[in-house]
Amino acid sequence: MTAGLEEGKSMSNTKLPPANSKLPDESKALNGKLIQIDHLVRIYKLGEVEVHALRGVSIEVTKGEFVAIMGASGSGKSTFMNILGCLDKPTKGTYILDNIDVGSLMRDELAFIRNKKIGFVFQGFNLLSRTTALENVELPLFYSSVTNKERKERSIEALRKVGLEDRIYHYPNQLSGGQQQRVAIARALVNDPSIVLADEPTGNLDSRTSVEVMEVFQKLNELGITIILVTHEPDIASFAKRHVVFRDGKIKSDKINANPRIAAEVLKTVPSIEEEDEA
Amino acid sequence: MKILNIIIAAFRALQRNKMRSFLTMLGIIIGVGAVITMLAIGQGAEYSVKEQIASLGTNVLIIFPGSQQQGGLRVGAGSMTTLTEDDAQAIRTDCPAVAYVSPGTRAGGQVIAGNLNWATGIEGVGVEYAQIREWNVQYGEFFSDQDIKGSAKVCILGRTVADNLFPDSDPVGQNVRIRNVPFKVVGVLTRKGQNAMGQDQDDIILAPYTTVLMRLSHFPYLRQILVSATSSKNIEVAQKQITELLRMRHKIARFEGDDFTIRNQSDLANAATATSQILTILLASIASVSLLVGGIGIMNIMLVSVTERTREIGIRMSVGARGRDILTQFLIEALVLSLLGGIIGIIIGVAGSKVISGIAGWPTFITAFSILLSFGFSIIVGLFFGFYPARKAALLNPIDALRYE
Repeated sequence: MTAGLEEGKSMSNTKLPPANSKLPDESKALNGKLIQIDHLVRIYKLGEVEVHALRGVSIEVTKGEFVAIMGASGSGKSTFMNILGCLDKPTKGTYILDNIDVGSLMRDELAFIRNKKIGFVFQGFNLLSRTTALENVELPLFYSSVTNKERKERSIEALRKVGLEDRIYHYPNQLSGGQQQRVAIARALVNDPSIVLADEPTGNLDSRTSVEVMEVFQKLNELGITIILVTHEPDIASFAKRHVVFRDGKIKSDKINANPRIAAEVLKTVPSIEEEDEA
Repeated sequence: MKILNIIIAAFRALQRNKMRSFLTMLGIIIGVGAVITMLAIGQGAEYSVKEQIASLGTNVLIIFPGSQQQGGLRVGAGSMTTLTEDDAQAIRTDCPAVAYVSPGTRAGGQVIAGNLNWATGIEGVGVEYAQIREWNVQYGEFFSDQDIKGSAKVCILGRTVADNLFPDSDPVGQNVRIRNVPFKVVGVLTRKGQNAMGQDQDDIILAPYTTVLMRLSHFPYLRQILVSATSSKNIEVAQKQITELLRMRHKIARFEGDDFTIRNQSDLANAATATSQILTILLASIASVSLLVGGIGIMNIMLVSVTERTREIGIRMSVGARGRDILTQFLIEALVLSLLGGIIGIIIGVAGSKVISGIAGWPTFITAFSILLSFGFSIIVGLFFGFYPARKAALLNPIDALRYE
């Protein structure tokens, strides 16, 4: 398992070609598949009643992809996201992340995978209140063996990637919603994960800030980071390069978005709030 | 997660809720402070009881002659004429566990000095009486071996007698008449106050036992022999040695009873010490109850804290905290609370017992034992009452924890 993780880490450090080009080199290593999911089933038991949240989902995700998962509430996309994030285990089926069969791991091993391979971004930001941006970003590194010095350096670097290097000692309540979400993104990035999972990351943000956050995701994706985004807003999904639609616990459609919108360009056309006020 | 980082994080978490953390600690502070103060007072009381008993002379043995039996009539203890000066001499030379011996007899009578008179008891004693009773003269001096041998008519007055017969003048060197026998006063004893039974111990006159036997009681046998063991631990040994010696000297057959009785005060001493120890234990256990209540306070607050921070726990788990990381975190928070409370409690307990001993004038003793005890107790309280909430936190399901509102 350790060997697999080492490999995964060196992978994420390698320079990747621009995201839009196909990835011929990657297909040799690890079959090119970062995530391999086969006939995934998840059944909840609510007393006597069995709820079939996922009824056989199969999907593969290649490194460097930007996937939007869409679907109405109750379609099973949240359950799928929880399993993808190693917060939950499938009832049946296999889930292989970075050559590790995650479905068979124990609780503590799952925590280890979450720490090393997965970065979460939530709808409600989920930052620790009364804790500075820097300390929030440092949090995953507390649970890996990293020296205090390295922890701080890497956290500042992650905050720089999301453009918050001048806000590192601010508390969440001193930051705007968009800034808080960027702190959360920095926290997701700090441990060089294999995938970043974003669960409705723009759900609590206004439209312009949403686009700003999507711009951050697009930039990260250009750096080669695999992003899986759950959203029910077609607007937001249009920034992703692949659309997967869930319905009734199954994948209804899985299409490449040939022309994703570029957030940076959209921002030029959307006036900032201050400008709107002036107008 | 490194332990130092966890401790720092625990302090930060407690800092975020200063008032609540302080109130939680207050339970432990009061508990530990109370335990320390109560132990200090209890041990102080034990000390003063021991001190008082030592002044009675815990290593003193009193040998009485046995009771006389004539037909069916038994006369009281001390009526038999079995103890002699030679017995006293033999005890002194043949019993290694014996330190001092004072043969004794007693007479009562009216004492006259000038135009004043006073009825009191006259104790005929040996020179070593002063060592045995740890009772010295305040003015003048004790009579000598020479006075004993020569049956000198000298005496030493107790303070009550001295105050009554010589209210305005120095009695040393003056004469008193005891039952018409003139005695020269050579000394005045220090004040001893009341004994355990409330009798005035200073209402006494000491004279050489030889003089009292010859001039006052006209009775050639000793009424008692006062003996002190070399230490209070040797009391039993001394008692055994004296018994064997006297049985041999009095030619008592194996199955016959002793013709003397030996009394000691260790029973009294033991009872009094046991009483004060019970007092200490009682005080400490009452104080421990408040420590227990303090511990429950910690558990209560930690449970509230776990519920309040469910989302934080979820976040930590989602970024890779294992159950045991969460367990350690909350356990250390509980420990920090109880340890800080314990340290402050020790300071307050020490200060409190100083104040009490200052105001009430009681002796108080703070021992390393009581500090270690309460410190250890507060660690145990922290671990014990912190474990349940910490475990509850560690077992949370990350998905539910993240969704918790």
